[in-house]
Amino acid sequence: MRVNGAEEKLDVEPWVSLADLLRDRLGLTGVKKGCDQGACGACTVLADGMRINSCLALAVQYDGKEITTVEGVTPHPLQEAFVRHDGLQCGYCTPGQICSAIGMLAEHAASGADPAALDEAEIRERMSGNLCRCGAYNGIVDAIKDVTR
Amino acid sequence: MTTTETERATAPAAYVGKPVDRVDGRAKVTGEARFAAEHHYPDLAHAALVHATVARGRITAIDTAEARAVPGVIDVLTHENAPAMKPPPKFSPLDLSTFVSATSVNYLATDEVHWNGQPVAVVVAETPQAARHAAALVRPVYQELPAVLDFAAEEPNAVPQKGNLLQESEADKGDAEAALKAAPVTVDLRFTTPPYHHNALEPHATTAVWDGDRLTVHEGTQNIAWLRRHLAMRFGVPERGVRVLAPYVGGGFGGKAMVWAGTLLAVLAARAVGRPVRLALSRAAVYHTVGGRTPSTQRVALGADADGRLSAIVHTSVSRTGRIGGMPEPITAATRHLYAAPNIHLRQHVVELDLLANTAMRAPGEAIGTFAIESAMDELAWELGLDPVELRLRNEPERNPVDGKRFSRRLLREAYALGTERFGWRDRDPRAGAMRDGRWLVGMGVATAYHPAMVLPANVSVRLGADGRVVVRCGLQEMGMGAATVQAQIAADELGVPLESVRVEYGDSSLPDAPGAGGSTQTASVAAGVVAACDKLKRTVRRLGRGAPGTYAEILTRAGRDHVTAEVKANMPVFMIRTLLERRRLVKAACGVHFCEVRVDRDTGEIRVSRWLGVFDVGRIVNAKTAASQLRGGIVMGLGMALSEETLVDPRTGRIMNPSLADYHVPVHADVPSIDVHYLDEPDPTMPLGLVGIGEVSIAGVAAAVANAVRHATGVRVLDLPITLDKVLPG
Repeated sequence: MRVNGAEEKLDVEPWVSLADLLRDRLGLTGVKKGCDQGACGACTVLADGMRINSCLALAVQYDGKEITTVEGVTPHPLQEAFVRHDGLQCGYCTPGQICSAIGMLAEHAASGADPAALDEAEIRERMSGNLCRCGAYNGIVDAIKDVTR
Repeated sequence: MTTTETERATAPAAYVGKPVDRVDGRAKVTGEARFAAEHHYPDLAHAALVHATVARGRITAIDTAEARAVPGVIDVLTHENAPAMKPPPKFSPLDLSTFVSATSVNYLATDEVHWNGQPVAVVVAETPQAARHAAALVRPVYQELPAVLDFAAEEPNAVPQKGNLLQESEADKGDAEAALKAAPVTVDLRFTTPPYHHNALEPHATTAVWDGDRLTVHEGTQNIAWLRRHLAMRFGVPERGVRVLAPYVGGGFGGKAMVWAGTLLAVLAARAVGRPVRLALSRAAVYHTVGGRTPSTQRVALGADADGRLSAIVHTSVSRTGRIGGMPEPITAATRHLYAAPNIHLRQHVVELDLLANTAMRAPGEAIGTFAIESAMDELAWELGLDPVELRLRNEPERNPVDGKRFSRRLLREAYALGTERFGWRDRDPRAGAMRDGRWLVGMGVATAYHPAMVLPANVSVRLGADGRVVVRCGLQEMGMGAATVQAQIAADELGVPLESVRVEYGDSSLPDAPGAGGSTQTASVAAGVVAACDKLKRTVRRLGRGAPGTYAEILTRAGRDHVTAEVKANMPVFMIRTLLERRRLVKAACGVHFCEVRVDRDTGEIRVSRWLGVFDVGRIVNAKTAASQLRGGIVMGLGMALSEETLVDPRTGRIMNPSLADYHVPVHADVPSIDVHYLDEPDPTMPLGLVGIGEVSIAGVAAAVANAVRHATGVRVLDLPITLDKVLPG
């Protein structure tokens, strides 16, 4: 498995989730766990560029894949935009929101859709798998809009 | 307010009031911020809880053999083998830290089961996976005992709720029931609100490390100092040897204010196995071991004359606690302050159930109490055929309605005026169901928000170096409010230095004690300490300078000093007496108004919130950016309360049936429109720097504003939260 650009040879039991592997064994604690059942999106990482809930993924399924966590995307203009638009409060959902937004923007671009069609409503719909209990949603949407301009 | 304080609150400021980026923003967006479950220790072991599956009973046997056989399991702790822990202290006003005992249960020191979900064993293993797997293999056998579990069924047996020094439970002025009978226009409504859970996105986690009698705990807590004292007491070790670290807390909302089972059992397990232990609760374990908000039933009856002037207000409530603890929720508290009336009757009742203790959740009392009173006011406006804004303005009190105390500041009229204009309230068609947009019925609603303002003592030290760098040290809690950021802004202004040269150290019990983050008290409380410490520091430096010109740093350099430190320590008894004396004559609060627009699908009943505007009277604003975020956050949580959130408790077993984020629906991106937040930015003359806490006020009134908009859109008055589509569909 390649994680954030580095080759990792890992011996892992078949029941270990990708989220646990990244957090506990590789120390990539930017991957957060809010529910461990795919309901909150805090554990979102990119697998070959696609956003996934790493808590719902078994690590062994991602043998040979390229995994990118928030640590691997740093520095990214979205991160600055999140700070500028205050798209965060406690910060626990933030790495997941950022990885999800990066994946979402790539999906949108790959679909050939008009970038102008990515308005607030569309961003909200596409980001609804990432919960923020502090309620920083407005700032998150503003930050995403900002980097697409 | 002294002259200096008035001057201070209105003096031009370089940073206070500005939309400064939060100082910990970078750490949070890069993933560098480490939360309680993210600290690595060599030899770290992992724990998992076993939860009781009966509501009340005794454990007659507990078979751990199969669990112990799981590879990697280090130990299984039960009431048969766990080391002793001292029982939780009873609450004493002489030591306010006793307040943090969330329940009276001494976990693993008893065979008694007090609620369905109580931890009855802890598995410690080499990996979290092994611990969790083994926990599922522990087999307790119970002798079940009768349990009282059904809030709705028990409600008629409720007993009067006790008040306390800071929170009166009831009020009587005139004869409200007689006035109600005599009133030409009345409403008399019964409301219910369900249990809610905080669902901070970071599940509660503890990493506990013993070194002899010294203990280090990484914990997401809203109450660093009290947790340290509590742990020292429970484990019989000196308080100075206990260190609590909480630089980042992944949301709290009240759920991390008290000491719950997971924290204690992680520390107990670490002591038992002689290794550092991490206990990261699963989401379900959070539901089963950390209390949530009580359900309520409420009656609001209002009597008015034909012009809408209130003659009677009746607001009564029933909530629940657990038999093993909990906080009686002050549901009618806001109604003490909202509207003028010659006759007012307020009563709070409570039932004790065999469920986990309830606890404070964002604006306990006001959040659900305002749903009832503000919905009833709206219904009265319908009865009168009067604009609901106008009805509120006609009953806006000059003095505190129940007792005639003076308001320190109250700008609700101004808030309503600004909100009415900015929202376009006057453009609406006042008739129910008259505004349509295709298949959507459009409605607009309004409601008032209210939350008391309070200050607690905080100890703070400030260090100024000859290099001009400033370090503010205070054991405050940051869980998303921007707490460190605002104190840095305040210190920079007080000392006249650039913001970049100020560092705030926080989230560590070895720093000077701050009050817990709760009751919207932290910012103003710590601000008072920062200002006092800066004053003290400036006096010292001026003495060193003997009147010569130059910056403080230049004076230090000339005097040959590397740095100067000033520390302020609060005097708790004096503070309490002053607070109580002030409360005898003055009412202080944050307040505001919500305006919202909803769209209801005429065929499916789907409810979408399409516009929101809030105007808040919250004293002086320290950080325009983080303040707006926090006010929006309360509104978002209020939207969940209004429309989708509900903890379902099985009334037969006492088990929570939806302990997950998949089945308990907090608002998502698509549920939240752009929220327009305004504040009046008028300093409160009685608060430090004119500041009023803003953490809770904005959730109050939200559910009522939504319900009132739904009433306008559909003609249906929903009295029972959450407002789901079945409740607005005809027939």
